[in-house]
Amino acid sequence: MAETILTVEDLKKYFPIEGGIFKRTVGHVKAVDGVSFEIKKGEAFGLVGESGCGKSTTGRMIMRLIEPTSGRIVFCGKDLTAMDKKALRKTRKDIQMIFQDPFASLDPRYTVERIIEEPMIVHRLGSKAERKKRVRELLEVVGLSSYHAKRYPHQFSGGQRQRIGIARALAVNPKLIIADEPVSALDVSIQAQVINLLQDLQKQFDLTFLFIAHDLSVVHHFSDRVGVMYLGRMVEVAESSELYRNPKHPYTNALLSSVPIPDPDYQYDSEELAGDVPNPIDPPKGCAFHTRCPMAMDICRKNRPELKEVVPGHWTACHLYNN
Amino acid sequence: MSTFFYIILNIANSIDNNLNFLYNTPISEFKEINARAKKGGAILSEPILKVQNLKTVFFTDDGQVPAVDGIDFYINEGEILGIVGESGCGKSVTSLSVMGLVSEPGKIVDGKIHFNGEDITHAPERKMRTLRGNEIAMIFQEPMTSLNPVFTIGDQLTEAIRIHRKISKKQAKDRATELLQLVGLPRPKALLDNYPHQLSGGMRQRVMIAMAMACDPKVLIADEPTTALDVTIQKQILNLMKKLNRETGTAIVLITHDLGVVAQMCERVIVMYAGKIVEEGAVRDIFNHPSHPYTKGLLASVPDLRRQTSRLYSIPGNVPKPGSITEGCLFYPRCQEAMAICAQKRPGLVDLKNGHRVRCFLHGEVEEA
Repeated sequence: MAETILTVEDLKKYFPIEGGIFKRTVGHVKAVDGVSFEIKKGEAFGLVGESGCGKSTTGRMIMRLIEPTSGRIVFCGKDLTAMDKKALRKTRKDIQMIFQDPFASLDPRYTVERIIEEPMIVHRLGSKAERKKRVRELLEVVGLSSYHAKRYPHQFSGGQRQRIGIARALAVNPKLIIADEPVSALDVSIQAQVINLLQDLQKQFDLTFLFIAHDLSVVHHFSDRVGVMYLGRMVEVAESSELYRNPKHPYTNALLSSVPIPDPDYQYDSEELAGDVPNPIDPPKGCAFHTRCPMAMDICRKNRPELKEVVPGHWTACHLYNN
Repeated sequence: MSTFFYIILNIANSIDNNLNFLYNTPISEFKEINARAKKGGAILSEPILKVQNLKTVFFTDDGQVPAVDGIDFYINEGEILGIVGESGCGKSVTSLSVMGLVSEPGKIVDGKIHFNGEDITHAPERKMRTLRGNEIAMIFQEPMTSLNPVFTIGDQLTEAIRIHRKISKKQAKDRATELLQLVGLPRPKALLDNYPHQLSGGMRQRVMIAMAMACDPKVLIADEPTTALDVTIQKQILNLMKKLNRETGTAIVLITHDLGVVAQMCERVIVMYAGKIVEEGAVRDIFNHPSHPYTKGLLASVPDLRRQTSRLYSIPGNVPKPGSITEGCLFYPRCQEAMAICAQKRPGLVDLKNGHRVRCFLHGEVEEA
């Protein structure tokens, strides 16, 4: 059994809303409302959900790019939430991030070489010559060429910029990579190239991934285990193929049956999920999904279900399974 | 004399019956009848929209960019046609060309566009304005930027209606309420007074569809209508579009890069690459017998939720800059099945069966005209 590299316990992020003349806090956007999960070393853990479910915020809290409101994050045995800035900086070397927007995530005034070097400079790794050598190696690893080093981001396509972002993430040999929607902004054929690259790198460098995306097909393909989020809460966690074969939570079911399948003869479940996602400022009482759930019961409107292991390795937060 | 009166009475009666029918039949029933008539006539009549050898070029400081490089397609009444391709293939510019919305420095330099039998290729703006929003409607990807943020939903809907129909404000408001109901929005009367920012993305897209359907268009062009929406909302919107197509007989040109959406919605499909059509046919032919290496590559690159593949196929290389390849097939540099001729000559469209056509020397020695 592989060791656990990351444990997230009851993570919360409430963004305050200020109002009135005195800018008092009049409410909170409950972006992440008690999320818990574990990632094992060498695993690809997919975090999936629709817009506003809190998956990106969760990813950023793990690196403390956003400070959690409450909860605990334990990485390689160390409590990240309790760390001071100095220790956090050192630990950040082991967790790197790949961002969604290949245009916004690279500094347009730096050369590619400088962009990839930067993490090494920040963490004081290697001499100038060693860094240059490493940049060349990394460029090759991600399928670019060493002559690309002296160019600027605007001279590259979206897919190539994403590769530069990946090279930068690999620069300091991280243990965990948080990929926040790494392929959403890319065309289908380039998506496939980048996904294959990430899989190859995972094997080559024994990387662990937290793969955040809204595209279920992509997450299902890439991940070993998947967590489904809805309105800031984790509603289901299971192995990738198990989640697809036996979804337990009604939301997961709805999500799976909404994914368009590239087969004209595929029979879709005709039921559609009614309405829209509720406002995270004022989430529904009890289970957040009860307002749209086709199987909602009385208890769902009153009590918030806890994430429980209903089948070994398969967790869900739903009153349907609480007997 | 009595016979004469009898005849007059009969005529008066039938006129009365017809008038009764006209005034008492709800609009929705009208549409059903219209729709049935349209769909029934589809097999025999001319396509409602026919595009021949369309070429749209952008004259930029860096040179000419042939965004659309010789496209032929048609859509029949009541049909759902899919145009699929990746960024830069020319699918959006194609729809803008049809609508007469290509602005400087772009220009339609060749080809013909026939709508309802009429040549509208270089129609004056006056003419195009009578067609846009009326007979040909369009919905775009970003519902927030298509809706005016400073006007209420009601104002925008009634504007769309009153531009093309001589009816009173009250009648237009009633029609607007009816349209909001048609697209499945709750509390339509109250919604008329809301502003776009008070609605979610899915609701705004429904409003866009309502606006587009306001004058019962013959063709609805939907350019990536659900790309910006969540997948559960996408399902609602796509189902709505299918329902409207069935009930009103409006033909839909669905432009998308999502092959799953194409499979779900479209009857016929056109695959575009670098400004040209590389394959076209019935949806089952395209998905079950893809013939162009690009189509095959695209289908293999899409992760299919039902299968567990270890590695996705990826088409090597990148989409060429428009106009950068002057000789040979535009797909040649990335093609896994390329032959010597592919580097030298430009392939033309080869007819496989049942309207399935492919632009590839693998299927025939047809050269581009």
